[in-house]
Amino acid sequence: MSSMFPNVQWESIWAAASETLYMTGVAVAFTFVFGLILGLLLFLTSKDNIWENKAIHTIVSAFVNIFRSIPFIILIILLIPFTKMLVGTILGANAALPALIIGAAPFYARMVEIALREIDKGVIEAAKAMGATTATIIWKVLIPESLPALVSGITVTAIALVGYTAMAGVVGAGGLGNLAYLEGFQRSHNDVTFVATVLILIIVFAIQLIGDFVTSKIDKR
Amino acid sequence: MITLENVTKVYSSSQGAVTAVNDVNLHIKEGEIFGIIGYSGAGKSSLIRLLNGLEKPTNGRVMVAGQDIASIKGRELRKARQEIGMIFQHFNLLWSRTVRDNIAFPLEIAGVPKEQRLKRADELIHLVGLHGRENTYPSQLSGGQKQRVGIARALANNPKVLLCDEATSALDPQTTDSILELLVDINQRLGLTIVLITHEMHVIRKICDRVAVMENGKIVEEGKVLDVFQNPQQMITKRFVQQITEPEETKGTIAHLFNQYPNGKVVQLTFAGHATERPLIAELIRNFEITINILQGKISQTHQGSYGVMFVHMSGTDEEVARALDYIRQQQVGVEVMTNE
Repeated sequence: MSSMFPNVQWESIWAAASETLYMTGVAVAFTFVFGLILGLLLFLTSKDNIWENKAIHTIVSAFVNIFRSIPFIILIILLIPFTKMLVGTILGANAALPALIIGAAPFYARMVEIALREIDKGVIEAAKAMGATTATIIWKVLIPESLPALVSGITVTAIALVGYTAMAGVVGAGGLGNLAYLEGFQRSHNDVTFVATVLILIIVFAIQLIGDFVTSKIDKR
Repeated sequence: MITLENVTKVYSSSQGAVTAVNDVNLHIKEGEIFGIIGYSGAGKSSLIRLLNGLEKPTNGRVMVAGQDIASIKGRELRKARQEIGMIFQHFNLLWSRTVRDNIAFPLEIAGVPKEQRLKRADELIHLVGLHGRENTYPSQLSGGQKQRVGIARALANNPKVLLCDEATSALDPQTTDSILELLVDINQRLGLTIVLITHEMHVIRKICDRVAVMENGKIVEEGKVLDVFQNPQQMITKRFVQQITEPEETKGTIAHLFNQYPNGKVVQLTFAGHATERPLIAELIRNFEITINILQGKISQTHQGSYGVMFVHMSGTDEEVARALDYIRQQQVGVEVMTNE
């Protein structure tokens, strides 16, 4: 092993991998919550819906479009003052989180909106006819009925987030991206870059596998 | 049970205002099955949605079970809706829930404790004949079974009124009949008032007590089903009645007969109630100097009695035929002499 990868220090590889997993995990959790809220807001305020409101819809929609369009590497730099205020530093895994979440949540929000639009309008009408409140419709109709699409959406988002963490790593967030850049690229240790890449691929495949499994389990259509 | 007074519903669209329901007055009695028939776009979907407040009238009053549905909102409206069940053309079940959980859903909304919910759901599963399918998901059910779940769900909160929005239009004829039988059964067993909208006269004939015919947002004709069948006034009503009584081939047969027998008359006889059980043709042949050729005949059962239509060809002297026609009229049988057009 050590002859094949002479420059690889396995301890620092594991440390970097767990940092990547940590950043991805926390960011996915927050992205899910914020994206779901934004997506619900987009859906419910749209035309002919329960909270139809053109002003709010336009504002949320503009916010989502702007943050979805800024390239991630630029978003990190733009958010440096915000991150400093929130986390106190711009280095380390935690410092990457605000940018990761702000970058990914609007992306996920659009997927949530699409998922909710796929729900048969008649089912919502039926719930209304039964005397359901809007809260009941959200929790017992909208979310359960779109759950497979919400899960496959968060799977795609999580994979994008793994890519984002690698980019964040280059500007000092740690993780496998940071390792590949500092140890692999800057010191010309190709074996380190190779191992870091393989580990990232394994993480991505694992996320996809879990996502597909969960989606097929909950989809009763 | 249900009263509509001068109800109008106008939608504003980009092409200007569209009047879906135009000054409708209607009274539906407790425990009856009331049908509203019309072609698509006649405004019947809007009308039925006014009854549970899914649509608000632009003008007029909508009273259901003593509640002014048009003016209440929020909590009061939601409470009132629990007293009004509704079933849909496309069933509108939650695919993420099992049959039992779908039926328990309105009970969850009403805040019924879990144990009672499940007990009530099992009662309803039995009522609609779905035992053994409690834990299946809607995607595993046939159309008829899905509508049974829809009916059970609509009955969960013991409503006073059941609204049926084209409930059988997505089903095949046989399944339609079984669902209609279930509705009659429920109506008789629970004394529930049923309002249904449809474009199929078959549905009206089979289960309704009274019918209203809707065209361009207005109710153009209303009455007991048998009366409307026997004596339709409006052109559109006649067309709906023909859906059942006059199959296409009759027209061909009649045209053929006009060519074959330039003399004599082709007559359409309509019977209702007891008149269907009398040997009218035999009496005619015995008492008058005419020959009668039966072209086509059909008796349909309505919820209130039977209704029959027969086409015959009569030949003989003009006088004798006229006397025979007079005799038929005296027997309370409808007579219409067909002309060759």
